[in-house]
Amino acid sequence: MRWRSASVIILLCWALVALSAPWLPLQPYDIALENILQSPEPQLWLGADDLGRPVLDRLLMGARTSFWVACWVVSLSLLIGTLFGAVAAYRGGIWDRALVLVIDIFMAFPGILLAIALAGLLGPGIDNLVFALTLVGWVGFARLARAQVLSVKQRDHVLAAQALGTRPWRIVTRHLLPLISAPLVVEATFGIAGVVVAESGLSFLGLGVQPPEASWGSMIRDGVRYLLVAPHLVIAPGAALFIVVMSVNLLGDRLRDWLDVRTVRSTRLTGGAV
Amino acid sequence: MPAYLAGRLFTAVWVVFGVSTLVFLLIHWVPGDPVDVMLGESASGADRELLRQALGLDRPLFEQWWSFMHGVLHFDLGTSLYHQQSVASLLDSRYAATAELAGLAFLFAVAIALPLGLLAAARRGSVWDRGAMGFAMLGVSIPNFWLGPLLVLLFSLQLGWLPVSGREGPASLLLPALTLGTSLAAILSRMVRSSLLEVLEEDYIRSARARGLSGYQVLVRHGLRNAWLPILTLLGMQLGALLGGAVVTETVFNWPGLGTLLVESIQRRDYPVVQGCVLVISLSYVLINLLTDLLYAWVDPRIRLHQVRG
Repeated sequence: MRWRSASVIILLCWALVALSAPWLPLQPYDIALENILQSPEPQLWLGADDLGRPVLDRLLMGARTSFWVACWVVSLSLLIGTLFGAVAAYRGGIWDRALVLVIDIFMAFPGILLAIALAGLLGPGIDNLVFALTLVGWVGFARLARAQVLSVKQRDHVLAAQALGTRPWRIVTRHLLPLISAPLVVEATFGIAGVVVAESGLSFLGLGVQPPEASWGSMIRDGVRYLLVAPHLVIAPGAALFIVVMSVNLLGDRLRDWLDVRTVRSTRLTGGAV
Repeated sequence: MPAYLAGRLFTAVWVVFGVSTLVFLLIHWVPGDPVDVMLGESASGADRELLRQALGLDRPLFEQWWSFMHGVLHFDLGTSLYHQQSVASLLDSRYAATAELAGLAFLFAVAIALPLGLLAAARRGSVWDRGAMGFAMLGVSIPNFWLGPLLVLLFSLQLGWLPVSGREGPASLLLPALTLGTSLAAILSRMVRSSLLEVLEEDYIRSARARGLSGYQVLVRHGLRNAWLPILTLLGMQLGALLGGAVVTETVFNWPGLGTLLVESIQRRDYPVVQGCVLVISLSYVLINLLTDLLYAWVDPRIRLHQVRG
């Protein structure tokens, strides 16, 4: 139990750092040649990177990057996926069949391969990263929302609402979405973990956040070259990434047990995608 | 069975068609003119025109799509802009390395996950169970572009047992495969545990125990055999994640497979090769999924008789 509370505290810290980063006295871009590859010491908690920039400050800026990318991608994917999935399942017929065909095609791209290709072709940058990850991410939500709506759309209260002449849009938003929100919330939670890893993964490949901006993935990428002389450059950002992802996963497990959701297994982006 | 087979094959053909079309469209999604992006601002007008013709970008979209699809059917994916050889031969030279990596990672994952999941389910709630599930949580959460460098730090730089990167000899395969296989091992061991626990609630398990069969026999002969199906389903799906993850893992270890080719080609803006890599990796995944689905239908008559959608 104590572990689980720790995960919530870690996630709150992550959010707090991300939101307050612009006002913190950070110097993530200050090049200090005398500090190049400096190991951690009392004045410089996590040491300095290959340009003498403080690793701790860059780590906090990286927290900000991953937090915002995760927020954007998960909210957009959730919104688009749920809308398409729920509407297609409710309308049925050709709408539903068309959606299933599209989902089948997107699901045929393994893991984050499509995101890698898209981010690569669109060119680096956070906007393109968010676009690429959303394009991959909505499918999982659409699939889940569709399956859930199919399982509840014949319930009595929905049929009653139809008999009363309620508009389809109102039925979907007021009578169906509340019923299917629990699994979607759990999926979205795991989705955060997936997006955080995917953002770092793409940045690690050089396809995401560009220098001098900091991302945990690009910090690892830069640090790998100095693995022998300055392992802290890889260990610090990786540990931050790992702790955040594990906290999100622990929270997801907890939510899943609490909301008693059994259908969710792993999103499009999680499940060892990277 | 024939009806199921036909339905499943139809879906597969449709998906291959859709995937190829999407890969074709990728290059057209690049904002602005792909020729500008490939050659840079300073290229001369004649060069641009030449590349445009070489890529067929001067023709109408439908015609380009038609010739792309025609090429896919004939394993002709165009010519690399950087290597001056056909994309198909480039892919061919890299394919084996990726298959080797993914295959060993898969074996690693199964070899770790099966005993771990079995142990956790058999001793539910014990220290073993919590240990195994703790490992699973770590494994799911650790990104392989961090695990890889950590393993290199320990086994290559500190202990000096294994090579840092590259593909020379069987030893160089160990760290990449372990890195790639860990997350699959973690997911799989959770799945083995949960599907076994579900099966162990069944009446026939109680009967088997009542007949005095040993714990091991009940667990493996009666439990695992019936828990296979959900495990297989997950396995088929997760192989895709494995192939996607291979791109990152190959980059970490400089493993000369399709993943490094993809990332290099993205950096070189060698679009035909990018398309080729994405296409080949995705189609391999589609094929694996098709085979897995047919395997279940063969294993479990309920599927082929009820014609559950694949």
